[in-house]
Amino acid sequence: MTPPPPLTQSDIDGEIAGIRTGYEKARAAGAPAAHHPPRDFPPYRSSLLRHPKQPLVAVDGDPEAVELSGPVFGHTDVTELDHDLTRQHAGRSARRAHHRLRAAARQRGPAERGQLVELWQANASGRYAHQRDQHPAPLDPNFTGVGRVLTGDDGSYSFTTIKPGAYPWRNHENAWRPAHIHFSLFGSAFTQRLVTQMYFPGDPLFAYDPILQSVTDEAARARLVAAYDHSLSRPEQSLGYRWDIVLDGPSATWIEEGR
Amino acid sequence: MPSLPPTPSHTVGPFYGYALPFPGGGDIAPAGHPDALTLHGYVYDGAGEPVPDAIVEFWQAGPDGSLAGAPGSMRRDPVTGGFLGRNGVDFTGFGRVPTDADGHYTVRTLPPGAPSPVPYISVCVFARGLTHHLFTRAYLADGPDALLASLAPERRATLIALPEPDRDRTHRFDIRLQGEEETVFLDFG
Repeated sequence: MTPPPPLTQSDIDGEIAGIRTGYEKARAAGAPAAHHPPRDFPPYRSSLLRHPKQPLVAVDGDPEAVELSGPVFGHTDVTELDHDLTRQHAGRSARRAHHRLRAAARQRGPAERGQLVELWQANASGRYAHQRDQHPAPLDPNFTGVGRVLTGDDGSYSFTTIKPGAYPWRNHENAWRPAHIHFSLFGSAFTQRLVTQMYFPGDPLFAYDPILQSVTDEAARARLVAAYDHSLSRPEQSLGYRWDIVLDGPSATWIEEGR
Repeated sequence: MPSLPPTPSHTVGPFYGYALPFPGGGDIAPAGHPDALTLHGYVYDGAGEPVPDAIVEFWQAGPDGSLAGAPGSMRRDPVTGGFLGRNGVDFTGFGRVPTDADGHYTVRTLPPGAPSPVPYISVCVFARGLTHHLFTRAYLADGPDALLASLAPERRATLIALPEPDRDRTHRFDIRLQGEEETVFLDFG
């Protein structure tokens, strides 16, 4: 028996285009915009066996739901160096360029104050400090790729890091992930929990990546791409990017304010 | 203010392991607390295989029913930048545990108090292949509850984390992402 032919980029592109056509038709017929990716997104093969087939059960109208509140973090949970991923080791991180990320996290209403933002990423060569990442690119002894910060009173956060490299993965033949940084955010309620990924503008790999393309709505996809902001760049040091994050989901405080 | 469109979710991917888990992530109860209970189980995919790269988060009321929480789940050492563990006094109500190679997780916590008449622990699941996290609840007992009452019996059973008869103060809660006995997952709008 001959093995099946390898899954090509062209196969994946065709699947993504088919799903997008279906979405656009539904939109034209009046369906609401999908801000989040469907959990069942076959071009991202790992989703096949890991999404529920039953519809989610709506929990609404219960003002005592535990999920309308959430865990809290404080200055005991974050050190003063956590926001600078280039200063966590004795030496200098290998880099193509340092980058400063600065932006705000907000609820769909007010800014999120004092909330934990966590970030992790591959190094400049596109390799994670993780044993199971066996991509043959060098590890960097001076770069782990983990950061944490609490948002300020205006919801703002700031990190200094290096730009991660693109890297290959095995979703299909010749699959490459565009450079991205993973983010984890807590809002004022557990319902607002968000894990996502930030991309750098103009990356030629965007169209080929089934993870980014799992967000079928074009405007929603664009919200995952940071904007270059020259006012945040520092002479001879780093390029600046701005990426605002908006959390959704109800919270106890928000309901009180008259959602 | 007009409502801003939200930032889309993405998968946590396979390589969060050096970033999100922290030592003592499952030790929500203060060490040696006499009321501590164990909640544990497996995460399974649609083929019935254990999921070895999920990360599961827990949020709950304190034993007094408070939902205020407390900082200090991932208390840090300002000298080394390492993790110190919780302070042994405050109940933060938050836990975070990656599944092991068998797809298994364990947390040790205190029973949540009121406001809910039937105590439950809120659970949030992240994994490679899961484009958007999933919320569910581990009810530590069956009883009168609006959500449970709205479910067919076989679906309702997926949310009940009953005590194991052969283990002391230990509740089992398996999470099935897809297929037969698929866990009930929740939408908060």
